[in-house]
Amino acid sequence: MISGSSGAGKSLFLRAIVDLDVNEGEVFFGDIERNVIAAHIWRSLVAFVPAQTGWWADKVGDHFEQSELVDEILLKVGLPLEVFDWQVSRLSSGEMQRLGLVRALALKPKFLLLDEPTSALDKKTTNMIEVLIKEQLDNGVGIIMISHDDEQVKRLANRSFILENGELKPQKSSRGSKKGGRKNG
Amino acid sequence: MADYILLSYWDLALGAIFILLNGAISIAFRLGLAKKLFIVTFRMVVQLSIVALLLKGIFTISNPWITLLVALIMVLFAGREIYARQEKKLAGFWGFSIGAGSMMVAGMLVTLIALTTQIQPDPWFKPQFALPLFGMILGNTMTGVSLALDNLTTTLKREQKAVEALLLLGKTRFQAMLPFIRIALRAGFMPIINAMAAMGIVSLPGMMTGQILSGVDPAEAVKYQILILLLTAGATGLGVISATLLSAYRLSDNRDRLRLDRLKK
Repeated sequence: MISGSSGAGKSLFLRAIVDLDVNEGEVFFGDIERNVIAAHIWRSLVAFVPAQTGWWADKVGDHFEQSELVDEILLKVGLPLEVFDWQVSRLSSGEMQRLGLVRALALKPKFLLLDEPTSALDKKTTNMIEVLIKEQLDNGVGIIMISHDDEQVKRLANRSFILENGELKPQKSSRGSKKGGRKNG
Repeated sequence: MADYILLSYWDLALGAIFILLNGAISIAFRLGLAKKLFIVTFRMVVQLSIVALLLKGIFTISNPWITLLVALIMVLFAGREIYARQEKKLAGFWGFSIGAGSMMVAGMLVTLIALTTQIQPDPWFKPQFALPLFGMILGNTMTGVSLALDNLTTTLKREQKAVEALLLLGKTRFQAMLPFIRIALRAGFMPIINAMAAMGIVSLPGMMTGQILSGVDPAEAVKYQILILLLTAGATGLGVISATLLSAYRLSDNRDRLRLDRLKK
């Protein structure tokens, strides 16, 4: 879990891990260094869900490869299956945020990078997302998540860091350690 | 072709009366266009007169290298137009050379094929044929390429989130840019498609009209015009596709990243 003030570079840090911006340093997933595999494969292994969801077609359904898995996750984030027929232009920010998460989870990534995944959601829906996040953790998916909500950090974090002056500082020690993403430089 | 009617300078001066009339209207309605109108009219006359002198000289010399040189100068001017018409352009060397280079290769290729297989003047590089032909092809290719490139960069910049969303879903750079490359290609093809659709019904093209005015049988003039349109469409297509794909290539990298930082700030 990463927190830190606005503009500290939290989102840039996640973008760098998935190689969206030019950056230096080595990133490993397990034993795999990212430059060893093609970038698009790296990104389906290590999925990043940005704070704002991008759309390239008018209809929601055109952004998904429909499958039972997608339907299942949709219900878990509190969205009806009819959402596929909706127009993107009429989605609320909360709906967009959840659909962005669903889209990434449908790839079955081994590692998740979440940029404030509940910032646009009410308490009840936030709760549903947190349940989903815990479920992913239990399935062995590693997660790095950005959050501004101290309570949320307490609820979800195994380890938490503050990003300050370009450095990640451990905030407090907590149980266990997560395998997965490591970044040097 | 001997029955064309020679124009005297006096005839041209009479034609300029309409410009004076336009100028008067502009002043009356305070459009602020009068000065501009006179300047562009004057420029037009000077530019065309110089061209007439140059062409006369080039036609008399009829040297392949000089013809090629003139063609290259035309490319430079057209390339500058493409560059100037783009709101967002690739930084550095690429900004000019992708547009100009694609246009040049496409235009020259099509012109060379037309000169050596279809029109076959003697010698094949005869500037009376090569230069006007190349000019017409170049002009249309220029319009297509500049529209396509302007569209590509503007759309990619505006749709950055969408492109990155596709990248994040494990798409390669060309898969992710494809919806927007399509938009750019369509924009680039639009003028030549419109031109062909309107041909003969809405517009009588300048070249054909010119030939008819100088006494050529309309059926022959139309045959020339059809050939020119086919060549132009061919060159525009080649130019638009290569310029768009090269720019898309330059605006991304081998780690499947969208590189908008390669646009000029």
